[in-house]
Amino acid sequence: MSEAAVSIQSEAAELIGKAKRKRRIQNTVKGLLFLLPSIILFSVFLFYPMIRTVYLSFFLTNTSGMPTVFVGFDNFINIFTSPLFQDSLKTTFLFVLYTVPGTILVSLFLAVLANEKLRGIGLFRTIFSSTMGISVAAASVFWMFLFHPTMGWLNQFLSVFGVEAIGWLTDPKWALFSVALSTIWMNIGFTFLILLGGLQSIDSYLYESADIDGAGYFYKLRRITVPMLSPTLFFVVTVTLINAFQTFGQVDMLTRGGPQNETSVIVYSIYRDAFVNYQYGTASAQAVVLFILILLLTLLQFKWGERKVHYQ
Amino acid sequence: MSMPLSQKLFLYVLLTVAAILVFAPALLALLMSFMPSEQILTGTIIPDSLTLDHYRKAFERFPLMSYLLNSLIVSLLITAGQLLLSSLAAYAFVFLEFKGRDTLFFLFIATMMIPFEASIIPNFQTIRDLNFLNTYTGLSLPFFAMAFGTFLLRQNFKQIPKELKEASEIAGIGDLKFYLTVVLPVAKTSLVTLGVYGFLSAWNMYLWPLLATTDDSVRTVQIGLKQLQSQEQLNEWGVIMAGGIIVVLPTLILLFLGQKKLQKGLTEGALK
Repeated sequence: MSEAAVSIQSEAAELIGKAKRKRRIQNTVKGLLFLLPSIILFSVFLFYPMIRTVYLSFFLTNTSGMPTVFVGFDNFINIFTSPLFQDSLKTTFLFVLYTVPGTILVSLFLAVLANEKLRGIGLFRTIFSSTMGISVAAASVFWMFLFHPTMGWLNQFLSVFGVEAIGWLTDPKWALFSVALSTIWMNIGFTFLILLGGLQSIDSYLYESADIDGAGYFYKLRRITVPMLSPTLFFVVTVTLINAFQTFGQVDMLTRGGPQNETSVIVYSIYRDAFVNYQYGTASAQAVVLFILILLLTLLQFKWGERKVHYQ
Repeated sequence: MSMPLSQKLFLYVLLTVAAILVFAPALLALLMSFMPSEQILTGTIIPDSLTLDHYRKAFERFPLMSYLLNSLIVSLLITAGQLLLSSLAAYAFVFLEFKGRDTLFFLFIATMMIPFEASIIPNFQTIRDLNFLNTYTGLSLPFFAMAFGTFLLRQNFKQIPKELKEASEIAGIGDLKFYLTVVLPVAKTSLVTLGVYGFLSAWNMYLWPLLATTDDSVRTVQIGLKQLQSQEQLNEWGVIMAGGIIVVLPTLILLFLGQKKLQKGLTEGALK
């Protein structure tokens, strides 16, 4: 009897095992089917192009972008010895330096302000987040007029104080700053919205107990708000940084890289080399540099951020 | 929590000044689009008469109507594609357990580190070689797969109790049916959030439409605005601003309607 029981048991175990295996295979097939559309598109439009870009960066190409002659690292040597590309890198870093802290500080200020529980605060929140709905093209057109040397508001405003007119977009000393200024404005909406969301998710109990202890406004800001907001800040800094490295539209609309290439950030430089000068090889080499830059930054941020950020 | 009146007043003053500064560029454009040209040239700020001339001219000289339609079609395609692909992928990551799932999930994370701008050259060649230049497909297909959307929906799907899935399995409900009849309706809010975000980003796209369109047939309104700007530089600021206002109106309306949801949804997606 016990033998029969054992055999039944083992049979059952085998059946269950079979069913489990069958289910596992089924699940794998199903899982892949659900993921297949995304995987295919990522492969075609993200992974393959990345590999292809690296490949092209080692070649000379014809005008339609087909590789013709293998040149090893020549493209990289060329771009790194070209003063144009060196300037472009410098411009890009300077642009990042202007826009990232600027965006974060302004947005944080607005978010802290708009987090107060006041009547009609919804209207202010809507206005502060509005630039998120304004495209790069439209924003550039708006700012183009503000920057206009004679009619523009900025110079008119300065003239009230007797300050001489500034060639915002035409003076090589000012052009990058001006593009950065308009970019900060474009960034505010999204960054504000995320930071406000982060502020609202802070437990109000923390503030109440600080109030009981008689803590002042700035003490609470420094000791509660900023530490509790650090994951959000961390996210926002990463996004703004990566976006800054990918800036293109406002440069194309406002200055076309000029005056004297002062605003030719890296993506604009890639665009011009590839699609205006048909130098796909050197353009690809620049794209590889951009890719490595963003990769390094992301990794660095994750490593650095993990230690510094205060998670709840 | 009550605040002294003086502090309240101070906050309102700060808020108002900030709001005026933030809104000024858009407000200026709006004013100028209705302002007669002579007044723009003389630097008037508050116009004494209003005109629709600039809007009429913008529509007459440029195929703005068809640009708007193109933008609408492309943005809707991208939004729909993103919602479909992200929700399918998120479903697999939450409800289907199989070997290699974590590896695939890592692959999705890795896509966030590849900037689209760094891979435009081969992408342009792909679209060109597939004869997708100047088509809606070429403008929208590269953006259907979306890691951020997948993560956002994954967070949301995780809140659906596992017991529900187990019960449905016992009842013999397949995965596709469970996805369609249970998961999607439950996650409606997140889907709307993602949809609004996807539509905003798609409508505002600049570099890709610039490369993927070479004639007017499917050109989007953003590139139309670039044309308008580069051809109308001679003191026709009113027309340019009218064009700008037309471009931002749909997204601003969408943003105003969906701002609260967007804020909640994006914060969740960003932080969890």
